[in-house]
Amino acid sequence: MAIEHADVLRAAHLARVGLSEDEATGYVDDLSRILEMVDQLQAVDTRGVTPLAHPLDATQRLRPDEVTEHSQRERFQACAPATEDGLYLVPRVVE
Amino acid sequence: MHDKTLTELADGLEAGEFSSRELCQAALERIEHLDGELNSFITVTSEQALANADAADAARKAGDAGPLAGLPLALKDIFCTQGVRTSCGSKMLDDFVSPYDATLVEKLRQAGAVNIGKTNMDEFAMGSSNENSFYGPVKNPWDLSAVPGGSSGGSAAAVAAGLVPAALGTDTGGSIRQPAAFCGITGLKPTYGRVSRYGMVAYASSLDQGGPLARTAADCALLLETIAGHDVRDSTSVARVVPNYTAELDTSLSGLKIGLPKEYFGDGLDPEVETAVREAIKVYESLGAKVCEVSLPHTHLAIPAYYVIAPAEASSNLSRYDGVRFGHRCDDPTDLEDLYKRTRAEGFGEEVKRRILIGTHTLSEGFFDAYYLKAQQVRRLIRQDFLDAFDEVDVLMGPTAPTPAFDLGAQKDPVSMYLQDIYTIAVNLAGIPGISVPAGFAGNRPVGLQVLAPHFAEAQLLGVAHQFQQATDWHLKRPAFGKETA
Repeated sequence: MAIEHADVLRAAHLARVGLSEDEATGYVDDLSRILEMVDQLQAVDTRGVTPLAHPLDATQRLRPDEVTEHSQRERFQACAPATEDGLYLVPRVVE
Repeated sequence: MHDKTLTELADGLEAGEFSSRELCQAALERIEHLDGELNSFITVTSEQALANADAADAARKAGDAGPLAGLPLALKDIFCTQGVRTSCGSKMLDDFVSPYDATLVEKLRQAGAVNIGKTNMDEFAMGSSNENSFYGPVKNPWDLSAVPGGSSGGSAAAVAAGLVPAALGTDTGGSIRQPAAFCGITGLKPTYGRVSRYGMVAYASSLDQGGPLARTAADCALLLETIAGHDVRDSTSVARVVPNYTAELDTSLSGLKIGLPKEYFGDGLDPEVETAVREAIKVYESLGAKVCEVSLPHTHLAIPAYYVIAPAEASSNLSRYDGVRFGHRCDDPTDLEDLYKRTRAEGFGEEVKRRILIGTHTLSEGFFDAYYLKAQQVRRLIRQDFLDAFDEVDVLMGPTAPTPAFDLGAQKDPVSMYLQDIYTIAVNLAGIPGISVPAGFAGNRPVGLQVLAPHFAEAQLLGVAHQFQQATDWHLKRPAFGKETA
């Protein structure tokens, strides 16, 4: 399956990666070649094969529903670009 | 001192031949003299290292030294280190100082190891040449016009040049084994889940695994027994006893059954690499092993399956870089969407964007079944190939990479770069362990022999590699680069 200019722009928007029209053009070729290589998968008969998500087929472990973390807000916010009164600052979302 | 193995240096410290301070000072001086040219380090933590070296010397005097006490090591800049920048080779994390340590880092520190610095890497571990780093490419100490491999290229080059006796890396599709092969050192990717991924910046979470790069298999054993084990903070780490790998190195090769996957000796394999690998296998035969051909029939599908699964997981993992909580943030965003889009456009490099776009596309509505589910089904077939092969033989052997290290700038097309990982990538999809061992040269560039074993058979894998290193001296070869520097 080839990828079109519009698909690249759509993926870029979904991934929230800023891309100009021209930059998107640059990706069309590369991504098409990658997808062409990936298309070899389509030739394989996989009827009845269970998808493998974890190489050891392990599932998530469960643990007692107890609080194990304590608040370390100041420490974790020390690496944030902008905070105030313990809150992260972003541009106004609601007018 | 820079020619010695980790095990030899540990003995030297124990015997009082030199102190940890002297050892770490020597490593720091060597980095200062040589790394301008190599570019294998992103950050060197001199002051902290010397303070920790003094602490290790004091602990030894007090009879309280851990198994790695006072030994200098380097960490790929993907492992979070509290108070030290953790960049992951990206502009996105150029000024990110981690508020916590990765489990692997904590375990090494508890064992007394001294972190000398953080090594260069392909951005977010995406690459096979270390040319995708925000901090510039790393050079191969065997030939400064060649790449060191990737993505753990800085770790491999630093060990090969004798800047540190060992380093830690990560391997998602070959990122420990291929640079180890290109740089003529030993590199181990453990079984998925053997080493905690907590604090290891995530690329593709169902494939990522941390492991050692060192001069010898014995050194890898020493490091693995320190870093392996279950961790409640990584739910995919496996609760299973960690063997004493060092004690199990001296196993006999008599009767060992070695399988040679015929798909690993086909078209595209460099003839000099093939010759070196076949010579290495003859050494095993002379030591009593039996060799037969096996088949891994889905080998040709490993790269296609990987380039669906890994970018899909990456596109999800890398969504955390939003310019809000940590990392790069663009100037003067007009609104939230502008903040996200410009932050990520500025913070990520080309290859990272390429993989985010592929992953987002294949996971998006209308494409999920055809790409992601299909790739996961093929992943099971690929794993089954290995399980079937291990019914017949104990280990598999072949080349680590199809060619020796290529020239800087030689691979311009992303797909041809991806094909470099043809022999390593299926191993991550299957989750089994693999090691690359120095096995000769193609011209002036090293060749690696890859050995693969069933899930959790690292003890056997390390033993098989160690026995080869008792019979050959490829792992003792050192590049001319830096030979004259003390």
